[in-house]
Amino acid sequence: MSSAGEHRIAGVGRLTPANPVRFTFDGKAYSGLQGDTIASALIASGVHLVGRSFKYHRPRGILSDGPEEPNALVGVRRDAARATPNVRATVQEIYDGLNAVSQNRWPSLSFDVGAVNDIASPLFSAGFYYKTFMWPKVAWEHVYEPFIRNAAGLGQAPTEPDPDHYAAQYAHCDVLVIGGGVAGLSAALAAAESGARVILCDERAAFGGALRFEAEARLDGKPGYDWAQDAAATLAAMDNVRILSRTTAFGYYAQNFVGLAERVTEHLAAPAADAPRERLWQVRAGRVIIAAGAIERHMVFANNDRPGIMLASAARTFLNHHGVAVGRKVGVYTANDSAYAAAIDLKKAGIDIPAIVDVRDNPQGSAIDEARAFGIRVLTGHAVTGTGGKLRVASMIVEPNKGGAAEIIPVDALIMSAGWTPSVHMFSQSRGKVAWDAATERFLPGTYAQDCVSIGACNGTDRLEESVSEAIAAGESAAKATRKRAKKSKVKIAVEGGGDWTGSMLGAGPNGANGKVIKAFVDFQNDVTAKDIRLAVQEGMHSIEHVKRFTTNGMATDQGKLSNLHGLAIAAEALGREIPKVGLTTFRAPYTPTTFGAIVGHARGELFDPARHTPMHESEVAAGAVFEDVGPWKRAWYYPRAGEDMHAAVNRECRTVREVAGMFDATTLGKIEVVGPDAAEFLNLIYTNPFLKLGVGRLRYGIMCREDGFIYDDGVVGRMAEDRFHVTTTTGGAPRVLQHMEDYLQTEFPHMKVWLTSTTEQWAVIAVQGPKAREIIEPFVEGIDLSNEAFPHMSVREGTFCGVPTRLFRMSFTGETGFEINVPADYGRQVWEKVYERGKSMGMCLYGTETMHVLRAEKGYIIVGQDTDGTVTPYDAGLGWAVGKNKTDFVGIRGLKRPDLVADGRRQLVGLKVKDGKTVLEEGAQIVADPNQPVPMKMIGWVSSSYWSENCGRPIALALVEGGFERMGRTLYVPMPDRAIEVEVTGTVFFDEEGGRING
Amino acid sequence: MVEATTLQRTLPLEGRVSSGPRVTIRPAPTAQRVSLRASADAVSAVSKGLGVDLPITPKQSARAGARAVLWLGPDEWLVIEEGERDLLADLGRAKALYSAVDVSHRNTAIVVSGPAAADTLNAGCPQDLSLEAFPVGACSRTVLGKIEIVLYRTAEDVFRVECWRSFSQYAFAFLAEAARAR
Amino acid sequence: MLLIHCPYCEEERPEMEFRHAGEAHLERPKNIAEISDEAFAAYFFYRDNPKGVVFERWRHLHGCARFFNAARDTVSDKFLTTYKAGQPKPDLVGAANMNIPAKSGKSGK
Repeated sequence: MSSAGEHRIAGVGRLTPANPVRFTFDGKAYSGLQGDTIASALIASGVHLVGRSFKYHRPRGILSDGPEEPNALVGVRRDAARATPNVRATVQEIYDGLNAVSQNRWPSLSFDVGAVNDIASPLFSAGFYYKTFMWPKVAWEHVYEPFIRNAAGLGQAPTEPDPDHYAAQYAHCDVLVIGGGVAGLSAALAAAESGARVILCDERAAFGGALRFEAEARLDGKPGYDWAQDAAATLAAMDNVRILSRTTAFGYYAQNFVGLAERVTEHLAAPAADAPRERLWQVRAGRVIIAAGAIERHMVFANNDRPGIMLASAARTFLNHHGVAVGRKVGVYTANDSAYAAAIDLKKAGIDIPAIVDVRDNPQGSAIDEARAFGIRVLTGHAVTGTGGKLRVASMIVEPNKGGAAEIIPVDALIMSAGWTPSVHMFSQSRGKVAWDAATERFLPGTYAQDCVSIGACNGTDRLEESVSEAIAAGESAAKATRKRAKKSKVKIAVEGGGDWTGSMLGAGPNGANGKVIKAFVDFQNDVTAKDIRLAVQEGMHSIEHVKRFTTNGMATDQGKLSNLHGLAIAAEALGREIPKVGLTTFRAPYTPTTFGAIVGHARGELFDPARHTPMHESEVAAGAVFEDVGPWKRAWYYPRAGEDMHAAVNRECRTVREVAGMFDATTLGKIEVVGPDAAEFLNLIYTNPFLKLGVGRLRYGIMCREDGFIYDDGVVGRMAEDRFHVTTTTGGAPRVLQHMEDYLQTEFPHMKVWLTSTTEQWAVIAVQGPKAREIIEPFVEGIDLSNEAFPHMSVREGTFCGVPTRLFRMSFTGETGFEINVPADYGRQVWEKVYERGKSMGMCLYGTETMHVLRAEKGYIIVGQDTDGTVTPYDAGLGWAVGKNKTDFVGIRGLKRPDLVADGRRQLVGLKVKDGKTVLEEGAQIVADPNQPVPMKMIGWVSSSYWSENCGRPIALALVEGGFERMGRTLYVPMPDRAIEVEVTGTVFFDEEGGRING
Repeated sequence: MVEATTLQRTLPLEGRVSSGPRVTIRPAPTAQRVSLRASADAVSAVSKGLGVDLPITPKQSARAGARAVLWLGPDEWLVIEEGERDLLADLGRAKALYSAVDVSHRNTAIVVSGPAAADTLNAGCPQDLSLEAFPVGACSRTVLGKIEIVLYRTAEDVFRVECWRSFSQYAFAFLAEAARAR
Repeated sequence: MLLIHCPYCEEERPEMEFRHAGEAHLERPKNIAEISDEAFAAYFFYRDNPKGVVFERWRHLHGCARFFNAARDTVSDKFLTTYKAGQPKPDLVGAANMNIPAKSGKSGK
């Protein structure tokens, strides 16, 4: 036989023997053909045993040929970082060098110690965990949880970070077609030829759906599968069509928003370095056409899980598509006509079919006649009641339904069909309501909730011809509904053949699931048996939602694609109620497991969150700055010199600013240009301060409240012209202050002629502060008289700096003579470097945010958000002077009069002097009046800012203390774990109390 | 007095380029920009001063020579002058009530060009960028990944992405990463 | 991700461009400095939280930057309509299953 497996049948299937592919499974080398999945290639080599079940560790084989697979989950490993657990062997295509390993077994797949659970299985019945791990409570932590955690989970996660990249894309279309079988392709052709923008996706590598196994179907005179490839090629060549294979529609959200996960490189031996591993598509569609097909169900009977037992359609796909026979002696157990077609195809390929066992008493139809004509023994009114074999099925036990002698028939594979379940997953996720069709015993799309339509097998349309005409009509009407000028499509598809899929059964087969130790599996992946479901009902679970959770039926990674209906039917029978009365559990996204990589997409590493840099960032890096995060901004924190730690660097910077000068990057402060004839009026309403009389060229420190009277933000406002203000905000407050102002302007004061523009990033801001500040900047300035008289503290002038336009602010957040040089941002770095060059030669230093914090605290200047917490009024902060006494309105005016805000005992901002003169208090530490009171103590405040002040030679702190202004000079305590620190309440200004330095 | 210097503008993305077979990403040259605000009664006077008719339809732009005016909101436009004419001086001639704020340095621009330009942008921009929904000349403030941008289609396969200066590193890195996958 | 119709941009745009901005049709009293504590509390603190139709403000923050109003059903999470700031509450009679809160229609915010 060929090197691609001894079960490969020459001349059968669509794969080319000229394209061999080598791969390994559990370390052993195998060969397959291009187009094989791991499953088809292993079966070609006679391997059916591929995994162990989750709970009982029973040997398991390949059940299906698609994404519904519950058993054949393997690990695929490219390297330590690219090891993917729980890959469905029936979906993963092989490539040269693919390395797959089985899961949930130790030490080996054929000899697994965990299989003892199977022998001990009476202990592990439904609800076992709920009943067993109840008490004593202490055992949870030490015994039960470690045990459950150890036993839980399948497969091994990779041990290194994911090196791959993942892409994302938003896409819009008129018509999204989910599923590329005959119905989906026909609908896409009709919609596309009508002129609609179409996206067609299918989760498999190739389009065609059931045409992969439906060998008899012919479309437009061509074999069905060939027609599908031609149709896909036609669509791919159209400009208005996007066609995506290996792409799963996993979630259907509001307003026809559908998530698709495209596996771009999972099938490639050597993916290109730039190719994303997966791509997330977020599609917004005018109309969605769901053509998701149907999923064949297994039969429920004793020991129906042995390797070699599989769905009839899977066996047919392996044969007709991959050219692989699933056995040499294949038994058939069915409640459905479509299994006959599988038997006939196998028979034609020379495979022995010892018997077709049909539970139906008197099935009629051409399929049955044809099977008999091929000389196949058909046992109607019989059931398979058990199987023999260990690591592979060796026989089936057949009994007449009406009783009688059992016959044991040797087989090496057993294929089965209990009928087809329409895939209503996406319809249901769209919030559509399914309806029970009693005649065909299945749930079908009922009431629609969104603009979508189901066609083909997922809509219960069984016959090929009907599916095609339904699809064309759906495609054309979708185009008409979503486009103004839809053309009439001329799509006509001639249809011949196609199987008859009538016949169905739900629940357990006759005599096949009773008895004490019998395991007739309903849910393979979670090892749920028919008996478990009956037990759940016996124990009082009457809602299907309770049965599901008690038994875990349908809760594995396959989400019960095969098991849900069987479980429901068995529960309904046990409850003595009709199936629709028992109800169906909810279908939720994702349809199949979707990787975190696909969902995260580009948002990793530097793209996880934007990091904002000022124009001077590179210079600061070169100067050795250590940065801190302030919101999204990277701000220079301090500039350590050789041998300096943070403390030493900050002490030096603090000293230098007060003795010589320092330079600081203040670019991140928010800036808003307020323009218009009513600008002053508007600011007068937004700030607590009066603004009408602020002169042009003057600055004012302003406080902004919310209506509740609490401080919202603060900053310096400069009047550039009668109708133009330059407003600054805190770094973190910039976006919300603009939003706050826009809100009032647009909705409360729309009559005002004012416009707001964010200019935060228009200006690079360089603060030069200290006794030598003026001398340092003087040579660069043109057009501005820098003298104290012409340019006093709290004023602003326009001129040039280094030859570029500047708004020069005379202001200070340090208490020293200070300037803030605003220059257009693209010049910022060069200006910064020029000023630094000169300043450095005069003894100036660079300083960062930490020094800025210390220096402002030495002067008692607050930082909103640090010394305020959203419950602090301007009065509480000692800033009552900033509230305009004669104003009749401003935002917060009424809030400030609320009883609680004018009551005694409010927390007020004070200074704290540590009595020992050396302990730096912890920010956030609580404050008490009496350290000897019993615990819990009454806390009367907390430390909001605390630093070592090199300039004062002692620690300084600000605190919010109840009735703080009344406690001046009093002793309070800051309790710490080992002691209570004694502090004295002081004013908030610790340095240069007279404030003379600012006017130097 | 230190010798007067004429400084050159240094763009935040100076020298960056990412080019592939289907899409190229590069920073746009320096430009003058004004955030223009005006009520409806001032539109014609401001248009006259500017030499371009302010578009008053959402998502539309107007262009005259090296000057483009982008509708951003019912009373808001972004004016971009890529030539030498002084934008603020021209606006100053308009006899009407309006607000013009220089944002030349606040924004920086990235040009995304090539047959995969729209797909590359759609990696992070949730708007429909088909020629039907977003034709040549269309413009909109919108989002790209986690930042705000102004998107302006200047040709079938050329887009200008305007963003605030400090977000430009993110914008460029995002687009370059998205372009890898095309 | 929802699509929201912006009354200023005159088209549906992705939710990511918008920010929710609280209850609509609450007007700041013209004489706010003089109103009673109760009136202030009613204006600033108290909010309806009905199950069903709510009138709320949104801002097309990353679009035209305008604030506007919307009627949305909190049960279905569907927008019933959106309209410009300053316009009165729209007449929603005829829309099925709406638990319209009993509130007087006010213009303003």
